[in-house]
Amino acid sequence: MTGETPAIATSGLSKRYRGGQLAVDGLDLRVPQGSVFGFLGPNGSGKTTTIRMLLGLISPSAGGSELFGEPVDAGHVGTLTRVGALIEGPAHYPYLSGRANLARYDAADRTADPRTRAARIEHALEQVGLSNAAEKKAKAYSLGMKQRLGLACALLQPRDLLILDEPTNGLDPQGMREIRGLITSLASQGTTIFLSSHLLDEIEQVCTDVAIMSRGRLVSEGTVAGLREGLKARLVVTTPDPAEAATVLKEQGGQDVRAEGRRVDCDAHEDLAPDAVCAALVGAGVRVLSFGVERPSLEDAFVALTGEGFDVAE
Amino acid sequence: MSQSSVALPALRPRARRTLGGSLLVNELVTMFRRNRNLALLAALALIPVALGVAIKLSTHRGRNGGGFIAEVSNNGLFLVFAALSLTLPIFLPMALGVVSGDAISGEAAQGTLRYLLVAPAGRVRLLAVKGFSLVVFSLVSTAVVSAAALLTGLALFPGGQVTLLSGDSIGMGAALVKAVWITLLVAASLLGLAALGLFVSTLTDTPIAAMAVATGLTIAAGIMQAIPQLSAIQPWLYTYQWSSYADLLRDPVYLSNIEHNLLIQLGYVVVFASAAWARLTTRDVTS
Ligand SMILES: Nc1ncnc2c1ncn2[C@@H]1O[C@H](COP(=O)(O)OP(=O)(O)OP(=O)(O)O)[C@@H](O)[C@H]1O
Ligand SMILES: [Mg+2]
Repeated sequence: MTGETPAIATSGLSKRYRGGQLAVDGLDLRVPQGSVFGFLGPNGSGKTTTIRMLLGLISPSAGGSELFGEPVDAGHVGTLTRVGALIEGPAHYPYLSGRANLARYDAADRTADPRTRAARIEHALEQVGLSNAAEKKAKAYSLGMKQRLGLACALLQPRDLLILDEPTNGLDPQGMREIRGLITSLASQGTTIFLSSHLLDEIEQVCTDVAIMSRGRLVSEGTVAGLREGLKARLVVTTPDPAEAATVLKEQGGQDVRAEGRRVDCDAHEDLAPDAVCAALVGAGVRVLSFGVERPSLEDAFVALTGEGFDVAE
Repeated sequence: MSQSSVALPALRPRARRTLGGSLLVNELVTMFRRNRNLALLAALALIPVALGVAIKLSTHRGRNGGGFIAEVSNNGLFLVFAALSLTLPIFLPMALGVVSGDAISGEAAQGTLRYLLVAPAGRVRLLAVKGFSLVVFSLVSTAVVSAAALLTGLALFPGGQVTLLSGDSIGMGAALVKAVWITLLVAASLLGLAALGLFVSTLTDTPIAAMAVATGLTIAAGIMQAIPQLSAIQPWLYTYQWSSYADLLRDPVYLSNIEHNLLIQLGYVVVFASAAWARLTTRDVTS
């Protein structure tokens, strides 16, 4: 699909908030049409700030962005009718019912056809499983119900791009599965999805591409599989004889051998044939309880790229 | 990425741009469904009722106030003028200060502003809708006072010929027409304040602060009008000609102060609506 205008393209996108905080620093991002794009990063790494700039809510300090080839700025709203969004959690009029909330947001979109409004609202409510609570005041909604209502708002129209900032936050397991299913089915109909989430399982399940932010900068961009390949797999032996096993692994040429309790592991590089290593272990009288190659998870890749530290960056 | 070949999203049919009246209709419905606003209007309606009852009780005991209030016991229609002159300095500006100060800041505090903007409502269109709905609220809140006063007045006091400030008498029908005009003039007197409140509400994400400023300004203007040393700036205050509507009760109508009042209000609307526009179209919406 080279040559097609990307759904999102940014160049040198930067934002310094009043008060000196540089939240996003020279971001170059390209989200191809039709992709399900995971946008990851630790707390405070600039994901929401980026999303606000993409939607024209805040203006960048430097650089710019385009949605479907059209430049984004605060006054220009043309492309936004093609975009559904959930930004930093849902927001509602507490004194209006769920349905009346959707009607208001739909009325705000001047390209929305009032004649089909009621039907589109029903469909959106159905898609997020809120039909039965549509008449309830939004202030009486639970956390997950509010989240669902926020998603319904993004689904009021057929969209070409959905920008979702932590869409499954607060949802029950069924809700998460439903939303994940919904995202996959929308994507299969051609909607581009830009998904920011801290749930790496979720990203792994639904995303085709990922970008990882750290301290306002892009530290990695590529396919989910490609990202994991960047990390080495590990050969893992479980045994009641860890000391002997470690010696055998080293003899076989294993690097970075680590033993912890009954688990002994080392880097699995090409020269280290698992079958040969296993035979050697057995030959040396090591009692092997289990043996295998462990692929690194997206979580391992994430931590490797963004650091182990728990504290948020300044 | 085989999915991207499934559809050509850009070619999907879309509804044509409508005039954008939907949001205005929705804004007005939401405004007059909201409990807070209904409570404000109910409180405004109670003031003429309470005033009428108080006058009725005190005239029985033979005491009497001055001005419009003195006339009420002779002709119930004067309760409309008495109620407007009582609510215009404090209660009407307070109600309008609350609603206008909340216009944008309330949306920002709730977080709904960002969703309206990405809908996309358009910043200019949103401001226009908010501004127009404030005009409607000025009119409705003033009309509520007038209507409540008219009903109370006719229920408690006699009707008949109305004696004007200039001494002439006019019939009940002609007096009712004057009451409608006066209601419109009082509503128009509030527009300067509404524009000011709208501007203040674009400055902050804290509605309480904006409401406090918008209501406090009227009190400040009242104080400034009472200080003779400030006579140079007094003609520029939006409250300066607020009592000019009474000139409609003369025959022939004395227009000069009414025109000055409308000019002041127009000036405030132009200046502060522009300021609100300049602010809202350039600000970062982070809430
Ligand atoms: N309105 C604001 N004013 C000033 N600084 C802000 C504002 N919003 C965010 N920041 C700062 O910008 C940086 C990036 O914040 P942002 O909300 O984009 O992070 P995030 O990646 O979305 O984090 P999270 O995972 O917690 O949602 C943070 O350091 C934050 O303190
Ligand atoms: Mg965030």
